[in-house]
Amino acid sequence: MLRLVIQRGLLALATLVLVSLVIFGATEVLPGDVASAILGREATPARLAALRAELGLDQPAPSRYFEWLGGAVRGDFGRSLARPAAPVGPLIAERMRVTGWLALIATLIGVPLALGLGISAGLLRDHPADLAISVVALVAQSVPEFVIGALLILAFGITWPILPAVTVVSSDAPLAALAPNLVLPAATLVIVMTAYVLRMVRGSLIDVLDSEYIHMATLKGLPHRRVIAAHALPNALLPTINAVALTVAWLIGGVVVVETVFNLPGVGRLMVSAVEDRDLPLVQALGLLGAACYIGINLLADLATLWLSPRLRARQR
Amino acid sequence: MSAAAPRRPWAATAWHAWRRARRSPGMLPGMLVLALHLMAALAAPLIVPHSPTAIAPERALAGPSPAHPFGNDRFGRDLLSRVMLGGRIAIAIGLTGGAIAVLLGGLVGVLVGYLGGLTDELVMRLVDALIAIPGLLLLLVVVTGLGNGYGVILLAMVLSYAPGAARVARAAAHEYVPRDFITAARARGEHALAVAGLELWPNVVGVLLVEFAMRTSWIVLSVSGLSFLGFGVNPPTPDWGLMIAENRSMLALAPWGVVFPLAAMATLVVALNLVADGLAQLLGVDRTTEAR
Repeated sequence: MLRLVIQRGLLALATLVLVSLVIFGATEVLPGDVASAILGREATPARLAALRAELGLDQPAPSRYFEWLGGAVRGDFGRSLARPAAPVGPLIAERMRVTGWLALIATLIGVPLALGLGISAGLLRDHPADLAISVVALVAQSVPEFVIGALLILAFGITWPILPAVTVVSSDAPLAALAPNLVLPAATLVIVMTAYVLRMVRGSLIDVLDSEYIHMATLKGLPHRRVIAAHALPNALLPTINAVALTVAWLIGGVVVVETVFNLPGVGRLMVSAVEDRDLPLVQALGLLGAACYIGINLLADLATLWLSPRLRARQR
Repeated sequence: MSAAAPRRPWAATAWHAWRRARRSPGMLPGMLVLALHLMAALAAPLIVPHSPTAIAPERALAGPSPAHPFGNDRFGRDLLSRVMLGGRIAIAIGLTGGAIAVLLGGLVGVLVGYLGGLTDELVMRLVDALIAIPGLLLLLVVVTGLGNGYGVILLAMVLSYAPGAARVARAAAHEYVPRDFITAARARGEHALAVAGLELWPNVVGVLLVEFAMRTSWIVLSVSGLSFLGFGVNPPTPDWGLMIAENRSMLALAPWGVVFPLAAMATLVVALNLVADGLAQLLGVDRTTEAR
């Protein structure tokens, strides 16, 4: 197992390095550079050259890449363009708190909810309750998250005003002041996330219940409850670990939209304003951060699956 | 779909397919709604009752009426016309982006799935890296650099949805690579491209068709998300995502501004999902290998 952990860890690290290359490369092949973005209409060849030299943009691409990557490893992502002299690192760290709470709350509520509903729907296959759960999940999956957010605002912010519709507190507000503002955004994320994971759980459970070893267990006279709990669920839930990981990764993108809907001062909102300002260093850093989260979560899911399933573990050797 | 299956007469195959399709009750309604959407998108410029951008302050936020069945937005623009035209860009980008992503990803996935070895290892690491950048962030990185023309959005969509298709196609190809007909082709000395294109491709087309339906629905949602954030379709061009974004602040006052474009988009996405589910059922595709 230790060998596997090290092997998977190194693989994840290699992927992350590739991601950094992709992000750096993507912004490298694009026309224009940071200097022309800063100067905009005031760009004259002389001023451009001066600024490029100041920012180190006159260096060849590989040496700039290593400088950027080296800085990123130390938590130094360069300076923001739109917010003069503001280092990117602290700018993100400050917003991370809000997003962190949001993601934590959404995951802690969404995952158990999805498992519960998915298992119920799978066990009650083709029962009206299953049909209802599945249809609602399909619809929730087909409606963009900003619409769900808008509907929640309409319901709980305007029609029945018990929660703030739009956030007005800043990112460093104490948690007690922040909390009411997190309820509706978290609910939005929970709805979309639950819809996705629930369908995976249901499908996976139905597949397992159809398999021969479950029929065997039923035929040899085991009580239904035991067949489900001891035989069906462990196998049915194993693939859902990865589904949950993928959904948490989706959360990273979903957070951008949801924070915009609720004007929540988190990392997602920062990403949107960075794109609006063409703030390349900030966009690069946030892209890398999002990818690092994704890779980390998937690594954990991979290892959890391997740890729980001796069969997979044996095949990996 | 199995390569060893005996050849059936065409009519028997069609009958078999029809019976399997009936087992997935969502397939037919899904196809019907999808066809309606496609026809509406194609015919819209010819049949819209009003100009989608004509401003009429006296009808601002007016509710549904016989002349304007979907009501008017805050500029008095006719919502029926805007809803009819509002899917064209998302559907066009969804279909072309989905097709390019699935063809490109599918070909690469099948090819490296067959080749294996170092090529496979290197290409899949790159695929992993692209998948690891969360979809929306990748879109935003590309849009930051290149601006938000439709070509750029299309490129960004292909970039974020082709890698998943490659992964799925590779997994599907792996099922056939050990089979005798592939070994035979290899033994005949056929070129890797020929084996991948002529022997493996027909066997994974079903999987890719399902992927195409799924990816198209995701792209439609992504385009609307980009429009919502202000990096997609530019006003005053009618677009469902943009319309919802524009009208959501008046949701309590004039709900029709959000309800109708939303209904249009949601029916399209649900229809695509139903068709994907139906196709998977029909072609016996295993959905558990799905990635993004």
